[in-house]
Amino acid sequence: MSIQYYIILCLTLFSIGVVGVLTRRNAIIVFMCIELMLNAANLAFVTFARINGNLDGQVVAFFTMVVAACEVVVGLAIIVTIYRSRRSASVDDASLLKL
Amino acid sequence: MSTVDILFYLLSAFAIVSATMVLISKNPIHSVLWLILVFFAISGHYILLNAQFGTIVNIIVYAGAIMVLFLFVIMLMNIKKDAEPQKQLLVKLTGVVAGGSLLTLLIAVVKQTTQIENKQVLLKEGTIGLILTLGQALFTDYVIPFEISSVLFLSAMVGAVIIGKK
Repeated sequence: MSIQYYIILCLTLFSIGVVGVLTRRNAIIVFMCIELMLNAANLAFVTFARINGNLDGQVVAFFTMVVAACEVVVGLAIIVTIYRSRRSASVDDASLLKL
Repeated sequence: MSTVDILFYLLSAFAIVSATMVLISKNPIHSVLWLILVFFAISGHYILLNAQFGTIVNIIVYAGAIMVLFLFVIMLMNIKKDAEPQKQLLVKLTGVVAGGSLLTLLIAVVKQTTQIENKQVLLKEGTIGLILTLGQALFTDYVIPFEISSVLFLSAMVGAVIIGKK
């Protein structure tokens, strides 16, 4: 199996995530598309770790998961706060930083 | 065509179809469920790439914990099926064209890169992804980032509590 197929798969998943961020309005769906992009990058890291035969890529993927977990916790708290004050989860309604 | 090739194509098609369904589902809960399927497909790819520990962590952390968090928030906010205001068709079309252009550009770059041109992914032997080797790497070479990530978790927890309290 050539490595190019793996990279193209990662790029496809990443681009699907980009399209989701650009086209959807619901903040939670936008957030889920960001998770998809992070996972595509993770898959690329693991692929390169396998090609080079060392662990560095897998360790980076592991740390990406750690940071993604923290990001989700804080991001969802912010989304819930915005929803409480504006009664809407649309990203277009949250155009101001103040509540 | 070997078994591994067939598995690769099956998992790839599964991942791409599920990822597309995340985009086009109207109901956010369906999006979450499709995203869990994407994560399972990616975990299958990790198994093919000899990242056994990565597979387990991906299923437990992503498909388990993070997606349950998303489901909780969706239920908490009680989003109706068609409450999301739709963007105009022109905006959607522009987004799809922009994403497609990005994909084309990146694929062209990958096709022209000579360093990875004829390299093969060795899909058979290898134990580099086992928890033993990964644990040794994490606690020797990467021990400082590992400890710092625990501080990151603590600060994320405190931050979430403070944001959600008011």
